[in-house]
Amino acid sequence: MATPAQEHAHSHEEHAHGHGAGHDHGHHAQSFWSKYVFSVDHKVIGMQYMFTGLFMGIIGAFFSYVFRMQMAYPGHNVPGYGVVSPGEYNALITNHGTIMIFWLAMPVLVAAFGNFLIPLMLGCDDMVFPRLNRLSYQIFLLSALVLIASWFVPGGGFGGAWTAYPPLSAKSQYNMTPLGSTLWVIAVALEFVAFLIGGINFVTTAMNSRAPGMKLFDIPMVVWMIVIASILFMASVGPLIAGAAMLVFDQTVGTGFFDPVRGGDPILWQHLFWFFGHPEVYVVLLPAVGIVAEIITVFARKKLFAYKTVLYTAFGTGILSFFVWAHHQFIAGIDPRMANVFTATTVLISIPIAEMMFVFVATLYGGSIVLTTPMLWALAFIAEFIIGGVTGIYLGSSGSDIYFHDTYFVLAHFHYTFVPIAVIAVFAGITYWYPKMFGKMLNDTLGKIHFWGTVIPFNGIFIPLFLTGMGGDHRRIHNYNNFPELANERMYFLREFATVSLLVLLAFQLVFIINFFWSLKAGKKAGNNPWDANTLEWQAPSPPPHGNFAELPNCYRGPYEYSAPNRDKDYWPQNEPA
Amino acid sequence: MATKPIATTRSATTIPTGRLAVWWVLASEIVIFGGLLASYIMHRLGHPEFGDYASHTNTWLGALNTFVLLTSSYFAVRAHFEAEHGRGANAAKWLYATVGGALMFLVIKTFEWTHEISMGFTITKNAFWSFYYTAAGLHGLHVIGGAIIMLVIASDAKKNKELQRVELIGIYWHFVDVVWIFLFPLLYIAK
Repeated sequence: MATPAQEHAHSHEEHAHGHGAGHDHGHHAQSFWSKYVFSVDHKVIGMQYMFTGLFMGIIGAFFSYVFRMQMAYPGHNVPGYGVVSPGEYNALITNHGTIMIFWLAMPVLVAAFGNFLIPLMLGCDDMVFPRLNRLSYQIFLLSALVLIASWFVPGGGFGGAWTAYPPLSAKSQYNMTPLGSTLWVIAVALEFVAFLIGGINFVTTAMNSRAPGMKLFDIPMVVWMIVIASILFMASVGPLIAGAAMLVFDQTVGTGFFDPVRGGDPILWQHLFWFFGHPEVYVVLLPAVGIVAEIITVFARKKLFAYKTVLYTAFGTGILSFFVWAHHQFIAGIDPRMANVFTATTVLISIPIAEMMFVFVATLYGGSIVLTTPMLWALAFIAEFIIGGVTGIYLGSSGSDIYFHDTYFVLAHFHYTFVPIAVIAVFAGITYWYPKMFGKMLNDTLGKIHFWGTVIPFNGIFIPLFLTGMGGDHRRIHNYNNFPELANERMYFLREFATVSLLVLLAFQLVFIINFFWSLKAGKKAGNNPWDANTLEWQAPSPPPHGNFAELPNCYRGPYEYSAPNRDKDYWPQNEPA
Repeated sequence: MATKPIATTRSATTIPTGRLAVWWVLASEIVIFGGLLASYIMHRLGHPEFGDYASHTNTWLGALNTFVLLTSSYFAVRAHFEAEHGRGANAAKWLYATVGGALMFLVIKTFEWTHEISMGFTITKNAFWSFYYTAAGLHGLHVIGGAIIMLVIASDAKKNKELQRVELIGIYWHFVDVVWIFLFPLLYIAK
């Protein structure tokens, strides 16, 4: 660590520098292409990630509409799609899962917010490697295009579920999608490379480029969380990259890595996949928790309760997340003694997460709560995620999991974790930082209509699915009419209820889209700091110009000094000298 | 890109940004190779017959390649030494020597593979050969990538530009070396 004196000297040098740099930028007219398409500016790259991610999210949502219609009204024509064949059904659920995790949650929560926020919140002008940053987005875009292409090749898109277990995924005589499954693996592998490059940039920027005076515990929680998530991703994805290469060789060259007849082992893939797949849950969860932490402190006008504890538990969660993966494999034939160990670690990991939720509740306690739209989203995150967490206890125990495995109970459980992450926290973040991103305020009334129109039907979708799961509905069934004992009226009522709720939820997303574009044009001007927040991004102009700050800020205190005693303002920006 | 952002010039950890990033690259590479080699070792333990398959690999050529790669790493160290003293042209010469080592490694590898494939030991022969070609192939790609980057850095170093990068590619090159040090006993010696 640099001593304060060194940092001080450093800052003087920078200011001289910064002035010159700002001067240059002013005279530098950029063409449309270099400004928006091949930009190296972290904010533009963040937007590119966000819009690509949201666009892919719309496709993923459309897929869910198609297969939910098939679940409730099997064999009927789905408006806007047609009749769903079993193969198409498999491809739809596979790509829905793949998109929502890798092409919505990852790009928006990690890459878009990471890119937009890290340099602004740390008080610097850009990422440390702007061109690598652009490369990361370009590889990501390519991966999205490869995935989309995989749906239109002969044989159709891959339908072996987002976990891609061999032998189904490895042999085209089983999955019937020779090209689709290979393109799917390649798309996912490219996406991993994009996020590795992006993650190295995030971690290095956060370690080295903080504003002079900003100590480790002055870093806003969301930056910490994105950095921890990037490290988790880096440490867990490697074996799956190797696994992806092995799977592609099995598919195309004819090797037998996952084929027992040839001396391979299909369970190996499950280990490689879940060694990544479970930390991945925390890769997207932690940034969501970070976003919620920022919003709750601002709108409760209170210091984050136990900043360091949250941080240490986040590290603890990260480390523990490497020792829980086999809870996905309780019925895959692993040793029951091993299952006991993984049951223990899995139940253990709910402690740090519960601790974070308690910290949020403690932060709210006694605060002057303002129920703005972002605050509603943040509160909903806590409420809904707790349901996901509590139902996870039943699945983490190997005994009950043997009954619940691969039922709709599992599906409802992980949607109660992933929807709060990939939908609720994403909307929380977008509604909170929209003024900074575009310089305009979103309409609060429309925002609240959209909020209630999303959160209520969300519960309407997944509470019935807990019930159908307990009733015996298996995840991979294309048409329940083929299973007379599951085709009764009561089960169909629950399935229809879920589907209708989904339709309502999707309809209310139009409100958000209208609000988003209408506010761009006609929204109230935001000003630099519409929420009276402390963190450095709010001290820059909205939207921040190229180079972000007129003069790069120094940092004097932690990010959550709200309602400090003996001050006339109830906030205290990090860059305001004491 | 005319100028570097101020962010790139900051160093709160006192470690230069480029070096910090290279270490993170290596961290993620270690996990990639770690996953592959762990999978191989698990298979190796469960299949004693892998030892018989491995007896068809050429230990002497593997040892020669180990020597070639280690020597090229020494050249990379010399390049770093010259760069630290601001002698860009000399650093470039040592980097070219390192690239020479990389090429020699690849040539020897090509002879080995050609011979093995002509004997019928292809990637689809059995799980051992699948691992053999995948692991050594992935390592070979790193050798090729490293050599290309080294040529780019050498052409800058000749003009005394970006000399700090000589050290960075050196760190990477040692890593490529270390991976081979793991591959050699696992694939060649353990018979």
